[in-house]
Amino acid sequence: MQTILVAIKRVVDFNVRVRVKPDGMGMATEGLKTSINPFDEIALEAALRLREAGAFNSVVLVTIGGGETDRELRTGLAMGADRAIRVDAAPTVEPLVVARALHALAVREQAGLVLLGKQAIDDDNGQTGQMLAALWSRPQATFASQVSIAAGVATVVREVDAGLETIEVDLPAVITTDLRLNQPRYVKLPAILKAKAKPLAVVSLAELGVRDERQFTARDFAPPAQRSAGVRVKSVAELVAALETRGVLA
Amino acid sequence: MTRVLVVAEHDGRRLDPATAKCVRCALDLAPEALVVAVLAHPGDAIAVQAAALAGVTEVLLVDAAPNAAPLAAVLAPQLTSLAAGFTHVLAPSSTFGKDVAPRVAALLGVGQISDVLAVLGAHRFQRHIYAGNAVVTVDADPARCTVATVRLASYAGVGPGPAAPVVRRTLDVALPTHTRFVALRSDKGARPDLQTASRVVAGGRALGSAQGFELIGALADALGAAVGASRAAVDSGFVANDLQVGQTGKIIAPELYVAVGISGAIQHVTGIKDARTIVAINKDSEAPIFEVADVGLVADLFKAVPELIDALRARGGR
Repeated sequence: MQTILVAIKRVVDFNVRVRVKPDGMGMATEGLKTSINPFDEIALEAALRLREAGAFNSVVLVTIGGGETDRELRTGLAMGADRAIRVDAAPTVEPLVVARALHALAVREQAGLVLLGKQAIDDDNGQTGQMLAALWSRPQATFASQVSIAAGVATVVREVDAGLETIEVDLPAVITTDLRLNQPRYVKLPAILKAKAKPLAVVSLAELGVRDERQFTARDFAPPAQRSAGVRVKSVAELVAALETRGVLA
Repeated sequence: MTRVLVVAEHDGRRLDPATAKCVRCALDLAPEALVVAVLAHPGDAIAVQAAALAGVTEVLLVDAAPNAAPLAAVLAPQLTSLAAGFTHVLAPSSTFGKDVAPRVAALLGVGQISDVLAVLGAHRFQRHIYAGNAVVTVDADPARCTVATVRLASYAGVGPGPAAPVVRRTLDVALPTHTRFVALRSDKGARPDLQTASRVVAGGRALGSAQGFELIGALADALGAAVGASRAAVDSGFVANDLQVGQTGKIIAPELYVAVGISGAIQHVTGIKDARTIVAINKDSEAPIFEVADVGLVADLFKAVPELIDALRARGGR
């Protein structure tokens, strides 16, 4: 139970609006600012705090993609991860393939815990953690807003539709993070410089025994239907009248 | 031969309305069989409710003690066993479905399509990506079972139909004990449920504090509405995360959505764009929320909202 594996994804920054390419064959992401998927950053922060509290010895960062992801890995190392692994593959691999690669790494690293975001803000799939837990035959605690660890058991408070659910899971386990789990730390300049010396290993999918199979084909991309512009009212009285006209106060 | 298995959602006593929406989505697949899996304990009443949904051809009830709590690690192997012979497995894109469906998919050795908003064919679906900035049309491999979650805001629930047979099943599946339910804390007051309410009033950062946010509750009560919040309001600690509306929170489609002091970032708008009428109250006339609002009022919310509450009460008393 020494290592926490934290999976991160490089995504277009939260604040940047991504548009469909004019030919409808994809999203125009070239040249846009990227960052660590915000939920994965929360996962990394959670891992660092667990290590600092003495529950684990090391935090290993992993991502899947090409060399373009090095910037995000270096950022994660600067936040405090001990080392990083990049699984070399096309960044468009499907979640099941990602889960298979993470499974292979979780076994190889004898991870006591795998932490990752509940979803990536680009594809909005929200699958990888659960798939990993299934393949690994280990517990999953998704949408975590509180995590405490004692005697090989994680007690996790989950943000569910009905409120807050608390579950206990035996370690090793997979935990996916929700936004209220923590506030990730800021990276200081000396840490960025120091991170350059931290180890970053590259491994191929094939070395992990995983094939980049595709089950889904994106046929086309379209902008969402736009709502037509409405009316501006000048007073609360006009607002109530407008709602009455629309029949929504009946 | 299209055979669809719908995973029922329930709270241990009643079937959740999400299930009727999944059945509606399943009907778009033109299935020969539309079977609802009810994993519960006790499960009889829930199974009867599922069997009464229009279009359902059969209900499979697995009533066993481990199914008393909705633990994905416990439910997934059972659902995987039930899924044999089905071409599609559908679950709601609620926290329940989002938790369990990918686990089922991985056990079946297949991928998943998350948040289906339209069915274009037995293996062709539409879904949102990038916080709703794009609709992507996806083809799934027809040779494999298609596991998908259903975007609830895109579907109305089916009504009642002739009762389908309920078949009790006992599964010979090893269930893990590594995951244990401890407690569920629900802060639901008398207000309607956010996910299913026909009216929702939501507040943003401009409310300023948890105390300021009480104004949203007061307006909601005057309208008989549920309360929602932007991520900014949740991040600021004004309200609990389960009230968050948007890309990473709840996707809703009420008849009336009133956004108060919410700027209208795309991540928020993606959660409300299927609302029938959107009302925005914001003092910033340039706020993007006005681009999607049907009725917009540029005003100081701390003046306008109490005035609106009074107007609604006066109207109600008329």
